[in-house]
Parts: sequence; C-alpha cells; structure tokens
Amino acid sequence: MAKYLSKRVLYMFLTLFIIASLTFFLMKIIPGTPFASANKLSPAQLEIMKAKYGLDQPVPVQYAKYLGNLLQGDLGISFQFNNRSVTDMIIGRLGPSMQLGAQAMILGTIVGILLGIFAALRQNTWVDYSSTFIAVLGKSIPNFVFAGLLQYYVGVKLGWFPVLFWRGFEYTILPTIALSMLPIAIAARFMRTEMIEVLGSDYIMLAKAKGASFFEIAFKHALRNALIPLVTVLGPLAIALMTGSLVIEKIFAIPGLGEQFVTSITLNDYPVIMGTTLLFAALFVVIILVVDILYGVIDPRIRLSGGNK
Amino acid sequence: MKKSKFSLLLILTLVFSLILSACSGGDDNAGDEKPDGDAKTGDETSSVPQELRMLDSSAIPTMDTVLAEGSTSFTYINNVGEGLYRLDQNHKPVPALSDGEPKISDDNLVYTFTLIDSKWSNGEPVTAHDFVFAWQRAIDPKTASPYGPYMMGGKIKGAEAITEAGSKEEAYDVTTLGVKALDDKTLEVTLEKPIAYWQDLFAFPTFYPQNQKFVEEKGDKFASNAENLLYNGPFVMETWESTDAEEWVLTKNPNYHSADKVKLEKITVNVVKDSNSAVNAFEAGETDMTGLLSSDLVPAYDGDERMLSWMEATVFWIKMNQKNEALANVNIRKAIAMGFNKDDLAASILNNGSVAANYFVPKDFVTLDGEDFREKNGDLIVFNAEEAKKYWETGLKELGVDKLELRYLGGDTEAAKKTDSYIKNQLETNLPGLTINLESVPFAIRLDRDNAMDYDLQFAGWGPDYGNALSFTDLWITNGGSNRMGYTNKKYDQLIKDAQGKLATDEKAQWEAQQEAERIMLEEDAGLAPVYQRAANILLNPNVKGLAIYNYGPDYSFQWVTIEGEE
Repeated sequence: MAKYLSKRVLYMFLTLFIIASLTFFLMKIIPGTPFASANKLSPAQLEIMKAKYGLDQPVPVQYAKYLGNLLQGDLGISFQFNNRSVTDMIIGRLGPSMQLGAQAMILGTIVGILLGIFAALRQNTWVDYSSTFIAVLGKSIPNFVFAGLLQYYVGVKLGWFPVLFWRGFEYTILPTIALSMLPIAIAARFMRTEMIEVLGSDYIMLAKAKGASFFEIAFKHALRNALIPLVTVLGPLAIALMTGSLVIEKIFAIPGLGEQFVTSITLNDYPVIMGTTLLFAALFVVIILVVDILYGVIDPRIRLSGGNK
Repeated sequence: MKKSKFSLLLILTLVFSLILSACSGGDDNAGDEKPDGDAKTGDETSSVPQELRMLDSSAIPTMDTVLAEGSTSFTYINNVGEGLYRLDQNHKPVPALSDGEPKISDDNLVYTFTLIDSKWSNGEPVTAHDFVFAWQRAIDPKTASPYGPYMMGGKIKGAEAITEAGSKEEAYDVTTLGVKALDDKTLEVTLEKPIAYWQDLFAFPTFYPQNQKFVEEKGDKFASNAENLLYNGPFVMETWESTDAEEWVLTKNPNYHSADKVKLEKITVNVVKDSNSAVNAFEAGETDMTGLLSSDLVPAYDGDERMLSWMEATVFWIKMNQKNEALANVNIRKAIAMGFNKDDLAASILNNGSVAANYFVPKDFVTLDGEDFREKNGDLIVFNAEEAKKYWETGLKELGVDKLELRYLGGDTEAAKKTDSYIKNQLETNLPGLTINLESVPFAIRLDRDNAMDYDLQFAGWGPDYGNALSFTDLWITNGGSNRMGYTNKKYDQLIKDAQGKLATDEKAQWEAQQEAERIMLEEDAGLAPVYQRAANILLNPNVKGLAIYNYGPDYSFQWVTIEGEE
C-alpha cells in the first residue's frame, strides 16, 4: 500500500509538472493582449508595460522564471488586479467555491441516493416514476435555469431567502439547491440501476431467505455494492462543483473561483489563469487518488497493491 | 462484509465534511447588520438614514490614482480623492484643490495654481509637492502606468521624452516633467502646447496628488486595501479588503474641506456581474441602485420611473483598414458606411435607447454656448441602400472586380454576435457580390489584432477621457496612436493640429475646425462607418436624489446625493 501510494504521488507531481508546462506554452501561443487599455497605449508605452510584467524576455527565460517561482510556491501577481498575489486571490475565493460545491455535493448525493434506492425498491410504481422524472429534470435542465427560478420565486416573490451575496449560511441555500440538481440526477439514476442489479443477485436472495429486513437488505447489503460505480462518477463531479460553478457564482454574486477563472481568461490575465489551472489540476489528481482509495474501503476485494502481478 | 461497521454513507459524508471544514475556515462571515427584510418596506422613521446601497458590475482593479485605467477605479478614486479640479453636477470642471483659477502665462503654457487648505485623512496637509510626486510617479517608466503617459504625452512638457527613453531603456529624468512645487502651496505646470481642455485634464484622477511619505512607506501594499490608502475627497473607504474584493463601504470624510455639503453618510457597494440578478436584488429591495442593465432588460422597464436612462458619450463604429486595397477605395468605403440600416439596428436589435450614429463625435457630449456639437454638423453619413449600391458598383469597377470578400473582426459576446450578424446580413444584401466573414474573438484578442492592423473591417467603439471633441477627432490623424486603420488626410491632420495648438485658446474656432474635420472624414472620405451611440440604463430608487453621472473618467459622483423619505 505504501509503495503504491508513493508511486501514485510521484505520478501526481509529474502530471502537475506537465500541466504547468503545457498551460504556460499554450498561454504564449494564444493571441491577445493582457493590457486592458492597449488601444490607448503608444508603442513606446506598450514596451514599458511588457517590460514591467517580464513579457519582453525570451519565452524560455519566462518559462524558467515561472517554474522557479512555482517551486517556491509563488504564483505571481495578477495583471488585472494591481499588486494582488494570485495565491491570495485563489485562497480568498476557494472558500466560498468549496463550501458551495461541498454543500451541493452532500445534498445532491444524499437526496440522489435516497431517490435511487426508493425507485429501485419500488420499481415501476409512482415512487419510481417520480424519482426518474426528477432525475431527468436535473440532468436535462441547466442549473442556471433553476438558479434563476429559485432566485426569482423563492428569493424575490416569496422573500424566504436572500437573493444575492455571500454573507452567512442563509445566503448559501438557494445556490446550493440550484447546484445540487445535477448530482441529484446523476446519483439517483446510478443508484437506481445499480440497486436493481444488485437486488437481483444471489446474495440478496440469500439474505432475503435468511429473513433479513427490508432496511438491512437495502442499506447494509445492496447499497455497498451499488456505491462503487457511483464513487467513480461523483469524484470528477465533486471537482467540477467545488472548483466553482461559473454560472451559479455569477447569478448569486458569490466571490468564488469559477467566475474569476473565466474572467481571467477573457482578460488574458496569465498568472491567474495559470494559478487556477494548476489548482484545478492538483485537486483533480488528489480526488482521483481518493476515489481509488475509496474503492478499497467500499469493496475490500479491490486491492491497492499496484503493479505486482 | 461483516467487518464494516461504518455506514458507507458516513464515509462519503466524512470525506466531504473534511474538505468542507478545511476550506471554510477562511470564509469571512462579515456580520451583516443591514435590515434586509425591513428595507423592503421602506423607511421606518421620519429621519431618513443617508445610506446608499448600490451594485457595481466589477471589482476595483486598483485605487492607485497613477495605475488606474478603468471607469470603476476612476469612479471610486473620484469619490475618495480630489485633484486641482473636480467635475461638478453639470459635468463641468470647477476648481477643487486649486484656489480659484490659476495664473496663466501669456503664451498659455505655464499655469500657476495656488492650493486651498486641505488635509489627507492622516491629518497631513495636501501640498504642491504631493502633486509633483504623483505626476512624476505617473510618468516614470518604472511605474508602468497605463494612463500616465497616455494623459500626459504631448500635453505636459517633457512627458513624451521620458516615455520614449523608458521604452528604449535609456536614461531619463522624471524631474524634467513640466510640474514644479514653488512652495507648499504653489504648483507650477508647464504644458507642451496650449490645451483647450486643460481644466478637464486637471480634474482627471491620473492628475490627483499622492502623499510621498505614505506611498513610499507602504511600498507594494500602497492602495491595495482600505488601510493602505489616504483620502482627501468627500468619502473615505471604511472597508475594502483587496483589489478583487466584491464588497466595499465608503463613509463620509469628516476632514473633507467641503464636508458640510456632503449629506450621504455611507455607501455600500457590491459586485454583481449578472444583470438579471441585479434587477432581482433591486426588486427584492436589497439595493437602491443597479449597475448598467443589459439591453434585454430595458424594454421591461420602459416608462418605469425607477429606470434612469441617458445617452453615453460612447460611439461604436466599423473601422475600415485602408491598407486593404479594396478599402483604400473611397467608393467601397462609402458603400459600406451607407449600406446598413442603423435605425433598425438601434430600434430592434439593441432596443435599449441607443441611437443610430451618423457621426463620430457623440451628441450630448460637448456644448458651446449651450449649442451641442452635433447641431451644426448633424448627420454626415446616413443609411441609403440605393446610394450605397451605386458607390459599390463604381468602386468594384474601379478595382476591376465583381465581388469582394472581407474579414470582419467583432466581439464574442452574444450581444456583439447579434449586432455583427445583422450588419453582415444587411451589407451582403445591399451590396451584391460582397461576402463578409465574421471573426468573433474576445476583447483582449481584438485589441491585439487592432494593434497589428490584422483585420479588414472591425467593430469597435470609443469613450472619451476628457470633455472636448478632440478626444474623438484626434483619433484619426495620420499615424495617430489609435488610428490603426491607415486613414490619412492632410487637410484633416492640419485642422486637428490647429485645434490642438494655435486655436486652443479660441474655443469657437477650435470647435469649428473640428466640425470641419469630422465632415471631411465622414462625408468626403467615409474613413469610418459609424454605427450607433450607446444609451445607458440603471434602476435607481426614486428616493435617491442628486446622483451626478459623467460620460468620461468616473462614472458617478455621490458627493451631492441625498436620500429622501417615502411619501
């Protein structure tokens, strides 16, 4: 296990190095200016601006500097926000994005799993149909539609929750619900399929024959096996949710990463783009590892020994 | 299987809650004491709290007057700071830190300002040295200020030379800039040439003073948050955590020299980038003022007293790259400039109060003796499909071709794509044989390609930086920094040179020279295809009175705002 883990961690760093390099060179290829008022600047002034941000140096030199700084944990300074360190920007914005993403993930998975289980246990009844209906809605309607509807009807019309901003728990409720629709749909659909399959298997028959209760069969025996494929799907989804949902953050005016990331791309704010990409990549590789470890926890038949056959 | 005592759900929940607790530590739960719920029902007491809650569509990239380059920065700098002049409620520059009008030398080049008594928020007096320090800092190539050289180059003596030297990494001396402190209270400014709009220039945030000791003491931290800033304007920043903060609070500055005239006590600003959300917040009573509305929301508020609409001094046009052989032909250019229906575009595609532009100096922008610049020059190039077709055919004959293919560089937003498709469709229908290939790119890329003149037609726009038609007319002088479409006309150049120089002190002659220049550029040369002048719309609580809205530099001034009670 230790050997396997150290190997995985090594690969993780290799992956991150490749991503960092690729992002850097892609950034150099993509056309465009990072200077917002470039149309007002004279050629002499543009030269001065480039020199300030080190963009006048040869690309290999810029690359070496970038990697050097990266090793020291320095992601640079944003071009758009004067003197604001990218690390600080990311740290400041990671909190709201992660909290929102995690809340949506927890709500989504729990509701989804429950919907899926009940649908499977009550196959072809109204419970099943309504669960499927919710799953289809969640999967097919984009979350900004839910966000808009929730904001208008629940926020403006009913006045139950604040319409915008990020100032306390009650401000997180509407965006969490809007963002959880997709995980609800995914978890419900997966759970239902897997449960139906598992419920038909021999060991469940045996358990039933032994007189296990409905609850025991559903939650103790069937759920465990049905969860494995779900974990595979939910891992990457968790990243997507926790690294910030562009649309939801924009609609609810949440100072998160997603919206910031997209803005930095449109403005060619290179240090922010690279910093955020690296963070996303790092989270991604970590979650993949966590998912692999979770397999072993959920199903002890999967062994994490790596390589030695 | 027996071994597992833990619920699997529990494992999942545990993982998520670990991440959750690890990440939510730094979250600021700034206690929000605003009576959100109560605000909806309006004012509870007869004494109305002088508090404004407003939304803006972007964070403040910087509060350093020297590094600022966008209207968001300029707006808040203008409300917490002050220069020699200040724009008043009628958008006119009036003396602020300058004690009345300056002494002006006979050749109109040397201005001597006497300063009034005023203080920084740390109690130190604002002196002439503070201006010298800030201006020298703004022109210093080491600072790499985007607006410093832009606003000073060719205007303040020595500015251009410093920038040139800096770009070539040659030695330079910022003390050669034409600004000197004769004593604590007297500032002498030397211009490169007489300037008609000098008051506007000195009202612009780039020309505000800075306290040298404070700036140097703070170093990189200067102007990065509320604690690292000094104020000498009507308001101070009570909270502003960082340059990318999405909430900040301004409060009245008791040390401001005219504090007795400032009624507003507090302004809370939140960033909301989504127009629909801003409207929802307004409807829910969570804010008194939205940012600019996207055009799809405007028709819904047509006739509603809560919507405030005005004409911006921003004009959009199609630049025609005259290095392109076909576009070097004046008949082809006229055909394009006349070949699409701008009124329809404004009325049905934009539908937000914007109007067709048959000019490039906007209306409601500059006036002379109460007369708008547009009154004399009027419409210079209007839509006329038949005329356009005639010019087109003549142009094609002159070029010896029967069809043309042009690249059209436009924006990548939904609104831009709609406008560009409309123009493409109109031109292709009205000018047989024309094929337009749309290239929709993000703004940063468009700027880059504009710089490299890598386009045939380009949809672009311009907002002015000072209140004189020159901020539009000097764009098109031969090889002008913003021309970047190869337009050249000696007569035009001469007229603008005169307006910038020898006519600078004769307002009427200066004005007429520019009107003639605009007429030549559009009527004779069709050097540009104007499209529309943009309207702006916000939702504003009718209880908010006295908001000053500007069409260059800062967007708003809150200095004269009062909140009235509900009837």
